[in-house]
Amino acid sequence: MKIIVCIKQVPDTTEVRLDPKTGTLIREGVPSIMNPDDKSGLEAALRLKDEHGAHVSVISMGPPQAKEMLREALAMGADEAYLVTDRAFAASDTWATSSILAAAISKLDYDLIITGRQAIDGDTAQVGPEMAEHLGIPNVSYAEEIQLEEGSILVKRQFEDFSHMVRAKFPALITALGELNTPRYMTPGAIFDAWRNKEITEWNRADVPVEDSNIGYRGSPTRVAKSFPKTMKSPGMKIEEGVEESVEFILDKLKEKYLL
Amino acid sequence: MDFSLTNEYAMAQKLFRDFAQNEVAPLAEEVDENHRFPTETVALMQKYGFLGIPFAKEYGGQGCDYLTYALAVEEISKVCATTGVILSAHTSLCAGAINNWGTEEQKQKFLRPLVDGSKLGAFGLTEPEAGTDAAGQQTKAVLDGDEWVITGNKIFITNAGEADTYVIFAMTDKSAGTRGITAFIIEKGTPGFEFGINEKKMGIRGSATRELIFRDCRIPKDQLLGQEGKGFGVAMSTLDDGRIGIAAQALGIAGGALDKVVAYVKERKQFGRPISAFQNTQFKLAEMKIELEAARYLVYLAASKYDKREKHSVEAAMAKLKASRVASYVTNLAVQLHGGYGYIQDYEVERMMRDAKITEIYEGTSEVMLMVVSAALLK
Ligand SMILES: Cc1cc2nc3c(=O)[nH]c(=O)nc-3n(C[C@H](O)[C@H](O)[C@H](O)COP(=O)(O)OP(=O)(O)OC[C@H]3O[C@@H](n4cnc5c(N)ncnc54)[C@H](O)[C@@H]3O)c2cc1C
Ligand SMILES: Cc1cc2nc3c(=O)[nH]c(=O)nc-3n(C[C@H](O)[C@H](O)[C@H](O)COP(=O)(O)OP(=O)(O)OC[C@H]3O[C@@H](n4cnc5c(N)ncnc54)[C@H](O)[C@@H]3O)c2cc1C
Repeated sequence: MKIIVCIKQVPDTTEVRLDPKTGTLIREGVPSIMNPDDKSGLEAALRLKDEHGAHVSVISMGPPQAKEMLREALAMGADEAYLVTDRAFAASDTWATSSILAAAISKLDYDLIITGRQAIDGDTAQVGPEMAEHLGIPNVSYAEEIQLEEGSILVKRQFEDFSHMVRAKFPALITALGELNTPRYMTPGAIFDAWRNKEITEWNRADVPVEDSNIGYRGSPTRVAKSFPKTMKSPGMKIEEGVEESVEFILDKLKEKYLL
Repeated sequence: MDFSLTNEYAMAQKLFRDFAQNEVAPLAEEVDENHRFPTETVALMQKYGFLGIPFAKEYGGQGCDYLTYALAVEEISKVCATTGVILSAHTSLCAGAINNWGTEEQKQKFLRPLVDGSKLGAFGLTEPEAGTDAAGQQTKAVLDGDEWVITGNKIFITNAGEADTYVIFAMTDKSAGTRGITAFIIEKGTPGFEFGINEKKMGIRGSATRELIFRDCRIPKDQLLGQEGKGFGVAMSTLDDGRIGIAAQALGIAGGALDKVVAYVKERKQFGRPISAFQNTQFKLAEMKIELEAARYLVYLAASKYDKREKHSVEAAMAKLKASRVASYVTNLAVQLHGGYGYIQDYEVERMMRDAKITEIYEGTSEVMLMVVSAALLK
């Protein structure tokens, strides 16, 4: 079985700051991480590999710095990594992003494509389903459990307050929820391998069979009319224990913050 | 000369830091309080290859190096020095000794399970009458046909009872002095091999520290490690390596305490302002930081000498002496800057100060480190 996981490098914060002038995300000074849903998608692929045997590739579109995240994916156990990178791809919206990624993936063999449900920076949850459309394959979004069957995948799909069980024949695309699993740690030896013995395949504009009209700013039908920061309230914490445990908990928290 | 960690080291450090924060830190207080060996953490470290970091892949290890291993011990000891020493004793003293001195068969049989994550190791040199003077071994090993018969006691052995595989030392020829000492590999469960009670300690309380008791314990001839009569050399060179692990543990304890105290002084207010506004506090923090960084480079230097297969006995001694002193100095000041709260168990610096002291004692006391360094200067 061949699995491709789409992973995006995102700023390590859910509190995205916007440039008030351009309305775009300010990424400077914020450490980058693998998008959490994508990490769960990768973990799902690696579990299929552990249990049934599979070849797992990861692919990302982004600037050269995204290589670090791809190495992290290799150090978790992915077999191969691809970086799709070119100035011509900059400023792509979800349409352009999905067009480019789908075109790149069309060069590879696959039974299953896994994307995250959504990226914590762009947050549209569109890229996965759009790719499935471009590639003409079935798509099951919001996977919270998956089970491999002969030539297909059975997905428990989160839907408001109940779930769907959906079966999709290969090749198929699923979008993963963080709830799917807890991603594994890397291992020290695999980190060394990822940096010393593995290559990341780099694809530029010329390597990706996609129309000019579907890439970059010009190929992006979305125009952001206006972006403005929401004022965020701290989410708070609900304690559902007995009185004593609750009081204990609160005291601990206050001590932790040195208020007591 | 480049003093920064390159890519793979930086990523490994991040892995160890995340692991320490998520898996080790939440247990540290409870493990100390209940003198409880953190079995579940050891299982996780086994799962993720932490117990085989500097060993070759052909034996099931991770194929990294000593610097990576030192980074692991450091990051883990930042949050829990108990877990740090479990990793260090296993890696440097047991697996390391077999890796450096074992035959191919011994490596397949004993090293592989130690480094692929199925077994834990320990090292038994110290005896009631043989501490700093390790040459005064009373434990005896006598050859009887195809078996060695071992009799005697080892004390203060880290990981004892929890570990599966033990590297131990015994006299095979009393008349030959240090040339009569031989190293052996013994497995838990061998008839005649038992454990004493777990010592109650000042610090690193979750780690097991027990006696090894050998009563006519018979082991096959091929469990002799190295050569007959060469055990003292095995012990000394293994301790040279182990000191890098303990130095990294000390570095971690100091780093953990500095993190805690920096956060505390910004929060705690007296005289209407945070105590970080007092110049005494600021200068103390600066002193702590400078000492910590100075120690760090000695530790990383010793580890990189090891990785280049260069002599590192003096560097390891300097690193351990400096880092263990810094651990005691920094944790002591961290308690001081916490005031009364620092003396209360709810604050982690209290535990860290207790944990720091042992790094000045085991795997050679600070006095021994001074002997190693001065002997090299005067030779
Ligand atoms: C406030 C805001 C402002 C924006 N401003 C602009 C703008 O000015 N100009 C513009 O053109 N676009 C803009 N965008 C769109 C932006 O470019 C998108 O972030 C990008 O196209 C990917 O979409 P997403 O982050 O919503 O991913 P989602 O659709 O949420 O991602 C779903 C999954 O698709 C996969 N995926 C997504 N992107 C990648 C990737 N690069 N590589 C690999 N896998 C990937 C991942 O698996 C991910 O989990 C903006 C979006 C927002 C919300
Ligand atoms: C928690 C813990 C874990 C341990 N783990 C292990 C283990 O896993 N394996 C193992 O084999 N051992 C272990 N030990 C033993 C440890 O290595 C010894 O305690 C240490 O080497 C000191 O020996 P000692 O306790 O007999 O002290 P002593 O040798 O009696 O020393 C007492 C004091 O005299 C000083 N001194 C001794 N000789 C001289 C000299 N010639 N010149 C100047 N000063 C001198 C010492 O520096 C020290 O200050 C452990 C000990 C502890 C407490």
